[in-house]
Amino acid sequence: MQIWDIAIVGGGTAGMTAAIYGARAGKKVVVMEELICGGQIVNASEVENYPGIKSISGAEFAASLYEQAAAAGASFDFRSVSGIEEQDGVKKLLTDGEPVLARTVILATGARNRPLGLEREEALTGKGVSYCATCDGAFYRGKVTAVQGGGNTALDDALVLSGLCQQVYLIHRRDEFRGERSQLTQVEARPNITILRSHTVSALLGEERLSGIRIRDLKDDTERELPVDGLFVAIGQMPQNERFHNLIELDRSGYIVAGEDCKTSCAGVFAAGDCRTKTVRQLSTAAGDGAVAALAALDFLSRS
Amino acid sequence: MSVQAVKTLTFRDEVLNAPKDMPVLVDFWAPWCGPCQMLSPVIEQISDELDGVKVCKVNVDEEPDLAASYEVFSIPTLILFRNGEIENQMVGVRPKAAIISMITG
Repeated sequence: MQIWDIAIVGGGTAGMTAAIYGARAGKKVVVMEELICGGQIVNASEVENYPGIKSISGAEFAASLYEQAAAAGASFDFRSVSGIEEQDGVKKLLTDGEPVLARTVILATGARNRPLGLEREEALTGKGVSYCATCDGAFYRGKVTAVQGGGNTALDDALVLSGLCQQVYLIHRRDEFRGERSQLTQVEARPNITILRSHTVSALLGEERLSGIRIRDLKDDTERELPVDGLFVAIGQMPQNERFHNLIELDRSGYIVAGEDCKTSCAGVFAAGDCRTKTVRQLSTAAGDGAVAALAALDFLSRS
Repeated sequence: MSVQAVKTLTFRDEVLNAPKDMPVLVDFWAPWCGPCQMLSPVIEQISDELDGVKVCKVNVDEEPDLAASYEVFSIPTLILFRNGEIENQMVGVRPKAAIISMITG
């Protein structure tokens, strides 16, 4: 069976950057991606903080990064990895079929959208419940929508939707927003955005499609119903590294313990991007991690 | 086989009147939809790897009526046609294996 020089788990910015560095160094590189490449940036309407690029859509950035990695010679295997094992110095990535063998592994699993955890949330996803205003906002042109969340993504979603929708409710469980001040100022200035502080969505209404939401005022614990056509959930991300716990040390929140050198608790396994313990999770830092992890993997290969 | 772009005018010939019993996968997408763009390499791999399957794509921005007539309100949406009828469909981004098993049954 083929043994790859570098197997990368996750096709986001960190993973694809690592793939570019590995493939350009002449190594056999495979990117394992369970869904689609690009990672979270795919859903960003506009990226204006990536050095050297004034402005680009997240989709365009992701597509270009994919093309660059593919052109460099990286292979893409669209299967999910369920675990990792080590055998005679070779790492084995478990899948639902043939495992993937590699001399080094770069874990670049990122983080995924956190669901609200409400009843019927999954059934109504794509039928009124969405995690991506940039993707689905246009389907709610002239309609009434709500956004739950208090970070930059929630503020960004509210702004995107206010340009399309008749009315947007921004629902946040706290009084203070975590997002940038300038974003909040823009949100507050939009006449069609109503901010509901200290509120949370407590139930999803509607049978076939979402017809409204029940919201709870967290100050007096009263509830009321709000008719909306769409609800956009933007309450943050969570890592997904439990499957590697047998070999790799994770922190309490589930992030992979690794420093700026991207080295994990297992020799020959590296962690890059949002899945790693770190304080700043940005597009440029994900790319930086991808380069560091790939160079560390190349160094490991040259020594073994 | 490569992925073929179809329009309202060519939809009947390319999709509904495809050879008897041939599965036709139609990917409804739009250029502004990031997940749709990134699903393309997956759809292309499927198109290359599966024999006897026709894979098409419809740009919902250019063909809104076609999208509406198949009740596509969220993209990406994949619809599997056979003998001119809808056999199955999927809304949102799904794993490659799930898409293949929808096609192969």
